[in-house]
Amino acid sequence: MTIPETTTQLAGRSRARAKGRATSILKFLVVIVTTYLGLLAVTFFIGRVIPIDPVLAILGDRAPTHVVERTRELLGFNEPLYYQFYVYLRDALTGNFGTSVLTTNPVMDDIRRVFPATMELATVGTLIGSLIGVPLGVLAAVRRGSIADQVVRVIGLVGYSVPIFWLGLLALVLFYAKLRWVAYPGRIDIVYEYSFTPATGFFLLDSLWQGQWEVFKDVFRHIILPAGLLGYFSLAYISRMTRSFMLNELQQEYIVAARAKGLSETRIIWGHALRNAAVPLVTVIALSYAGLLEGSVLTETVFSWPGLGLYITNSLQNADMNAVLGGTIVIGSVFIAINLLSDLLYRTLDPRTRAR
Amino acid sequence: MMHSMNKHFRMLTASAAMSLILMAGAPAFAETPADTLVEGFAFDDIITMDPGEAFELSTAEITANTYSYLVRLDLNDTSKIVGDLAESWTVSDDGLTYTFKLKPGLKFASGNPITAEDVAYSFERVVKLDKSPAFILTQFGLTGDNIAEKAKAADANTFVFTVDKAYAPSFVLNCLTATVGSVVDKKLVLEHVAAVTPSDEYKYDNDFGNAWLKTGYAGSGAFKLREWRANEVVVLERNDNYFGEKAPLARVIYRHMKESSGQRLALENGDIDVARNLEPGDLEAVSKNTDLASTSAPKGTVYYFSLNQKNPNLAKPEVAEAFKYLVDYDAIGSTLIKGIGEIHQTFLPKGVLGELQENPYKLDVAKAKELLAKAGLADGFSVTMDVRNTQPVTGIAESVQQTLAQANIKMEIIPGDGKQTLTKYRARTHDIYIGQWGQDYFDPNSNAETFTVNPDNSDEGKVKTLAWRNTWDVPKEWTEQSKAALLEKDATKRADMYKDLQKKVLEKSPFVIVFQQTEVAGYSGKLKGFKLGPSFDTNYVFTVSK
Repeated sequence: MTIPETTTQLAGRSRARAKGRATSILKFLVVIVTTYLGLLAVTFFIGRVIPIDPVLAILGDRAPTHVVERTRELLGFNEPLYYQFYVYLRDALTGNFGTSVLTTNPVMDDIRRVFPATMELATVGTLIGSLIGVPLGVLAAVRRGSIADQVVRVIGLVGYSVPIFWLGLLALVLFYAKLRWVAYPGRIDIVYEYSFTPATGFFLLDSLWQGQWEVFKDVFRHIILPAGLLGYFSLAYISRMTRSFMLNELQQEYIVAARAKGLSETRIIWGHALRNAAVPLVTVIALSYAGLLEGSVLTETVFSWPGLGLYITNSLQNADMNAVLGGTIVIGSVFIAINLLSDLLYRTLDPRTRAR
Repeated sequence: MMHSMNKHFRMLTASAAMSLILMAGAPAFAETPADTLVEGFAFDDIITMDPGEAFELSTAEITANTYSYLVRLDLNDTSKIVGDLAESWTVSDDGLTYTFKLKPGLKFASGNPITAEDVAYSFERVVKLDKSPAFILTQFGLTGDNIAEKAKAADANTFVFTVDKAYAPSFVLNCLTATVGSVVDKKLVLEHVAAVTPSDEYKYDNDFGNAWLKTGYAGSGAFKLREWRANEVVVLERNDNYFGEKAPLARVIYRHMKESSGQRLALENGDIDVARNLEPGDLEAVSKNTDLASTSAPKGTVYYFSLNQKNPNLAKPEVAEAFKYLVDYDAIGSTLIKGIGEIHQTFLPKGVLGELQENPYKLDVAKAKELLAKAGLADGFSVTMDVRNTQPVTGIAESVQQTLAQANIKMEIIPGDGKQTLTKYRARTHDIYIGQWGQDYFDPNSNAETFTVNPDNSDEGKVKTLAWRNTWDVPKEWTEQSKAALLEKDATKRADMYKDLQKKVLEKSPFVIVFQQTEVAGYSGKLKGFKLGPSFDTNYVFTVSK
């Protein structure tokens, strides 16, 4: 029995709801701002305390003393640390992350160039990982304890425990050096490097869009191995999680009810159980995607993939702190954005979260 | 009921697998384009392409192929000089004035004519920008205030250069062959200068095109620089306005490849024509492959380790000598640096005026123990060595660690990234440092200066040579001798002075020089005319054809 609400009660509730929303937005903003500040501060101070002279990175070993001194002065390295951090913050807030020593470009220009490479790789990798990982996980759950389950477990275990660079090198030797199925490390053949002008930076899409079929094939032959490897690694994670989510769902009473109703097993598994398992699965896939977007450093190194991971690694090795800081901010933003996105997806997939 | 699931699943996986296989395509046999040379090369040291600023070895090679100089090293005899832009030159009787006549009808890649004005401007911007390599020119007494007088165009084809002392002409000319001596296209650069607010540090109102030239190009070499993307690619294109013999190939592409094994794979598969950074194991595999060839050339870089004289044990002369007997030169030469270096114990590399081929030290533990006992250290001592985590230095450090242990010296290896060990070295807080030293320019003075000159040994010293870094108070007369050699006009006498200095340093210095680098390259058998030069700025690609 429901008690009819008065208009004042209704208005009060909507006010409370609006207030609640406002606080949650505020909370969210506070979280974002502190996360960013923390990120900036930690990276900045780590960059300054590492036992590497930043001027050495800029000028190299052979610069004469007076040039070193002048550069140190010009770049503000003689100022106290807190002042340097203040200057850095001030510039960062206006979107100026400084210039990379290594490439001589503004850091944001560099990132705009390398990030699509990482994103393309991560997207293809995640696609492979989830398109294969989810069915494998379902299979393992449905046939729990069977040979198939064991096989999936071993696949997952190997994916989890074998170092990716080793697997990458092995794959290169096999598929590139011996079988010659794939192209050599890099993103695109030099033949196309100057005949193909990518519009978005996603070479697969760009080449398809422009109808350059040869380029597409070449790009595909470059991306398939590193993406396949990354896919394998996210597959290991995704299939394991799918299995446990599915096991959980398959024990639920609604499954028994569905079986009693005489629904086909296919509908029960793919239509009901998986649909319910999909909600947490989205988070798992999103997180593994975010992980790949960070720039899979080792994969990008082994495959000379000109992405964010390689960019940050090279910058770190050269003590190019502007680039490292800029890269870190981008990674942080990606993480925050993807978390937000998976939250939104949650709401679409699970009507219950919307009501609350 | 399991059945239907299975069917569904099988279909999914099968189609996924099929699509993977289909799209990977048929085996493809890679081949580089016929008019293009593709080199796999680790060029992560490049930070600028401005010849007035660049001081990195990889940039030296790119600049040598894309810019012209007044003079170049004679590849057949590197103690001699030949004209590049200059048709002829004379030195005044007082040894102060150098007059260069330019070849007629020269053009930059842009089509602009090359005149003495361009040469003068190139000198001016180097001196006024005062970047790292500027000292190679300013050591002749050039400053921002006197440059207009000291380096000027007498007429369109005559460039006059005035130095402050009567230096050995070989010294002056050798310095002009360095990257910093590149002649830039004044007209083109002036179109790209950026305004600068003058300050105490920098007195001029423009940047002489430095910002633009970092990635831009204003030269007249056999190739034009089309693009440099850090750690990715350097692309050169043939310069059809080149005054010399035109390059047979239309394009040269350097791909950044850091790993030796990756370069070898790509070379074997035909994806690159030249592999530039092969380690001994990969080099051996390449030289056994009948489709491939390899070549090598000694380079002006020596590898050494040095003993910081701040450490009281290392400061004892007997200890320094004992260390020289505690290196297994033979083992290092036959394994760790096989093909990529040769044992060399003197500070001037082979190929430079005044080179001295003397390697008197051999592993002799008994002799070393005797010396240590004389120093009162018969029971040995503990010491650390800062080692960058790359080969071959790591291997050499480990070898030295073992041989030192035989004389009871306990050496701890502190591994670190290259910049990290270097930072420590430059701050003089190491015990022992192992590393390499490459000549700043192709003249004996470069190494003589760094190994034998240290005017102020205090921590505040301004001339931070290698001697200073190791807190080594060099005997005054050695420094004098080094400086006197600069003014010796007779090349033979000059060479003898350096030989004498090297003997002294070999005997009584805290430097244990182990070997001289040999640069190697593996290349496709299809290439013709591929050679490595005697220095990093003589690795020419404009002679290569397919």
